Amino acid sequence: MGKTLSEKVWDAHVVRSAEGEPDLLYIDLHLVHEVTSPQAFEGLRLAGRPVRRTDLTLATEDHNTPTLNILAPIADPVSKKQVDTLRQNAADFGVRIHSLGDKDQGVVHIIGPQLGVTQPGMTIVCGDSHTSTHGAFGALAYGIGTSEVEHVLATQTLPQAKPKTMAVNINGELPDGVTAKDVVLALIAKVGTGGGQGYIVEYRGTTIENLSMEGRMTICNMSIEWGAKAGMMAPDDTTFAYLKGRPHAPEGEDWDAAVEYWRTLKSDDDATFDVEVDIDATQLTPFVTWGTNPGHGVPLGGSVPAPEDFDSEVEQATAKRALEYMDLTPGTPMRDITVDTVFLGSCTNGRIEDLRLAASVLKGQKKADSIRMLVVPGSARVRLQAEAEGLDQVFLDFGAEWRAAGCSMCLGMNPDQLTPGERAASTSNRNFEGRQGKGGRTHLVSPAVAAATAIAGHLAAPADL
Amino acid sequence: MDAFINHTGIAVPLQRSNVDTDQIIPAVYLKRITRTGFEDGLFSAWRNDPEFVLNKEPFTTGTILIPGPDFGTGSSREHAVWALQNYGFKVVIGTRFGDIFRSNSGKAGLLVALVSEEDRDRLWAAIDADPNVETTVDLPSQTITRGDIVVSFQIDDYTKHRLLNGLDDISLTLQHADTIAAYEATRPSFKPKTLPARTAG
Repeated sequence: MGKTLSEKVWDAHVVRSAEGEPDLLYIDLHLVHEVTSPQAFEGLRLAGRPVRRTDLTLATEDHNTPTLNILAPIADPVSKKQVDTLRQNAADFGVRIHSLGDKDQGVVHIIGPQLGVTQPGMTIVCGDSHTSTHGAFGALAYGIGTSEVEHVLATQTLPQAKPKTMAVNINGELPDGVTAKDVVLALIAKVGTGGGQGYIVEYRGTTIENLSMEGRMTICNMSIEWGAKAGMMAPDDTTFAYLKGRPHAPEGEDWDAAVEYWRTLKSDDDATFDVEVDIDATQLTPFVTWGTNPGHGVPLGGSVPAPEDFDSEVEQATAKRALEYMDLTPGTPMRDITVDTVFLGSCTNGRIEDLRLAASVLKGQKKADSIRMLVVPGSARVRLQAEAEGLDQVFLDFGAEWRAAGCSMCLGMNPDQLTPGERAASTSNRNFEGRQGKGGRTHLVSPAVAAATAIAGHLAAPADL
Repeated sequence: MDAFINHTGIAVPLQRSNVDTDQIIPAVYLKRITRTGFEDGLFSAWRNDPEFVLNKEPFTTGTILIPGPDFGTGSSREHAVWALQNYGFKVVIGTRFGDIFRSNSGKAGLLVALVSEEDRDRLWAAIDADPNVETTVDLPSQTITRGDIVVSFQIDDYTKHRLLNGLDDISLTLQHADTIAAYEATRPSFKPKTLPARTAG
């Protein structure tokens, strides 16, 4: 019987397999940031262990960093200590780091692909659940906790029980105005936040094949939002074209050998998945969330659901609580919901293509007076690229704030936060209670909807304007 | 990691689903560089509410948490596990958990006991009837005992073995250092290295 893509990558990384134990997997790339690593480095120090492979490790500062005055000392002393600790750990253990002010600094999942260290067929881990982003290249990539970060630093391996496999078949041409973000929000609304628990998912089909790498990364990024261990896509010519010439892409004979191997990284025709899910892309419309988990999504043309619309008692109770937290009344058309803040950025939608799309909607338009809009590029290079294309001026002319790179308001760990009761349309990945600031209310949207919302003052798509 | 054999204490019903790791501990509390002191951030959005279960007797002294389904979904932050442990919890009993949360718990020594919905509801009902009865969780027999209720729970054999013996994963793996080195020797030359650093200039 043939193998699936994930089984091929898994099998190629098994260092040791023993009855009754999880497989020991080799890790090709370990990405590190300031929030989930300090206790891991301290563990190494206490045990007198080195970082086994500094040449397979890469650190940056993103979660806890300011997006204004980035070269000034960080104002919050606790945040400063955490960032300083990463810098010291990188120096002490010999780990490459891209710090604030460096052209290669940025959200960890943006800089890996950008530098070309994210490649097909790799195993990639990071102490961050959105590590699934890198699966868009045909890598097996997943988030880990701090104990596992220490384990990878010390051994370059991880013990890992083998998950089941799932295929999500997405076929058909996306209607105008529908983006990768809408695809994944619609998928999560269909399968629920726990729908992927215990599975490595392969997204496949013509819709995926026709997406750019940026769009593919948006979908893989949100794999964790429906509980999947990892999300993957078979690499193809689009993948190879994206990688070719990047700083760490293979060169010469290595490039040819790599591409030859990468072309084998697809599920065999006779491979079987434990579960398959089908999505008809031609039926999709712009999608937004109304509630407090990413499964609480509806079409933008729909309305806020009532608790009775849900099947189980538990889901009904969750919906009731979500409606209270979001201060929404069932039956309200989604387009009637006014927002205070628009956040464009994050590892989900902070890439150059996302900024281009939003800028194309905003160009020559006027921001709704009541709206504040934050544009936070995913990396310093995305910011530079946007400035080279004049996108920064489009955002500034529109009345948006043009910030430095980082995770920013996606998780509200730095000063970029919502205030209690403030409502946001956000291109990020989580609408959890308080995620973007205590008491803040989040509607997850695509960059196109974010831009149109900033113009209209209420949830809207460009076609509504 | 300390070994876990069994534990007896007050069980706390947290009757909510989808309590993600941002609810367990919001990001603003993740700035510490230690593994301790995270109890302040535990369920911080709810802790000031006098009606919140942890503010009611006898649950203020609770050490076993029984949440609704999909507990610990979302972010990979192990701080969620540490916050629960720093507060005093030893065991979490539930029907469905976020994958990374469950893995982190196993590494940090917090027992995650998987039970059926029916058994979870029996435990909730029993607590509702008399919250002061202590609950005992026994790992070798994989049972939860509360008064005359006995339910079994699931845990994977490997995590169970490690918890029972308090084994440190890294030491176990380093016993296979030669196997790791042998694997490394077979890695293709085109695999990327982060050093020496290359950039686009």
